[in-house]
Amino acid sequence: MKTLGRSELARMVALHLPRQGFVNLGIGAPTEIGDYLPPDTDVMLHSENGVLNVGPRPPKEAEDWDLINAGKIPITLGTGGAFFDSTLSFAMMRGGHLDIAVLGAFQVSERGDIANWTTGESNGAPPGIGGAIDLAVGARTIWVMMDHTTKEGAPRIVRTCTFPLTAAKVVSRIFTNIAIVDVTPKGLVLDAVLDGLTPADVQAVTGAELQPAKKLRKIQPSGTVVS
Amino acid sequence: MRNVVVEDARAAVQGLKDGHTVMVGGFGNAGLPLAILKAVVEAGVRDLTLISNNAGTVEDDLTLWFRAKIVRKIICSYPRGAKAFTELYRKGEVELELVPQGTLVERIRAGGAGMGGFPSPVGVGTDFAKGKQVLHVGGRDYILELPLKADFTFVKGKLADTVGNVTYNMTARNHCPAMATAAETTVVEVDRIVAAGELDPEAIVTPCIFVDRVFARAKA
Repeated sequence: MKTLGRSELARMVALHLPRQGFVNLGIGAPTEIGDYLPPDTDVMLHSENGVLNVGPRPPKEAEDWDLINAGKIPITLGTGGAFFDSTLSFAMMRGGHLDIAVLGAFQVSERGDIANWTTGESNGAPPGIGGAIDLAVGARTIWVMMDHTTKEGAPRIVRTCTFPLTAAKVVSRIFTNIAIVDVTPKGLVLDAVLDGLTPADVQAVTGAELQPAKKLRKIQPSGTVVS
Repeated sequence: MRNVVVEDARAAVQGLKDGHTVMVGGFGNAGLPLAILKAVVEAGVRDLTLISNNAGTVEDDLTLWFRAKIVRKIICSYPRGAKAFTELYRKGEVELELVPQGTLVERIRAGGAGMGGFPSPVGVGTDFAKGKQVLHVGGRDYILELPLKADFTFVKGKLADTVGNVTYNMTARNHCPAMATAAETTVVEVDRIVAAGELDPEAIVTPCIFVDRVFARAKA
């Protein structure tokens, strides 16, 4: 099946972010969304290790290991940015001060449950939770960015999560490499489908029922979405 | 006038004993008191309970403690990617209490602020709620999280003055200011020590009341 690449998926999410507001991009793939924000964006990126207004990555020679994001990658500080300690940073998160958090996930259920911290099969390796729950519980809006299926082809959008939950009933929108799906009180609504695929193709690799939106949008291979 | 400057890392860890609970600041590479971490291993203590965000990111940080097997239990949020810790964990030679990051730092804040804990929305309905008291406040469920305190806190600052006021450097601040409030003895490793009065009072993040010892990596 045709899919969007990771960069195009990141670009698609970036194009959907509001032009302003406070946004946290989860560690891993969602962090890449920052690379596709328009240069004149008024979005301020928050990172839970104590930064507001995360700027672009610095060139190699300007990296400073005292200036990193939550993924432990060197960053720069944007104009008007600030540093603060972890208690204040997590107050921003739990206190509902972040407009949107975009998180990666292993599974999302049809009622918006998210499982993104462990698949429960650790092979003896220690689990890690970091700030995943704090974000999932605290940000006003939770978006998920993930591949539509596992590498083996199993659906990640499911009726009920089988992996341990990060938080229940929090996700409102899912961006995948073949579709955009909204979580609504009436169930999952298919908002957009990758060009060349049909809603039936998407349904076939989804573990919960999708209702097509009245006006289904089309995802172009670049990650741009058109009506 | 008060003067909390100690000569070297060895003096900075004086009094640390077997079985102590120790908080160590830092997130990734940022904010780790590396000279102190080394001195703790050299002090020969063991059976420590360690409270930190990670379990070692590079070879010269908490990795040293796990190689030396001086930690009995770690309370942290993200021990993944920590090689030396993972080896001991797989063998069952170290205990792990996994705590969501915001809950970890708020438990530390509660410890330092004299609170008996706090009702948190984080973890409700998940494995992290197991065995915890549920409280209903304003129509929402919370779980009771308990405070954390320590015998020693070791953190990294940027500048300290001789009375013990501390500033931090960018994201090296992380958990350090909260941890500085929550220990019997708080020790801060800094880049440079300045005379009392030289720090802008508006820029001081950790006031000296929380600080028992400061130690400079390089002398001013």
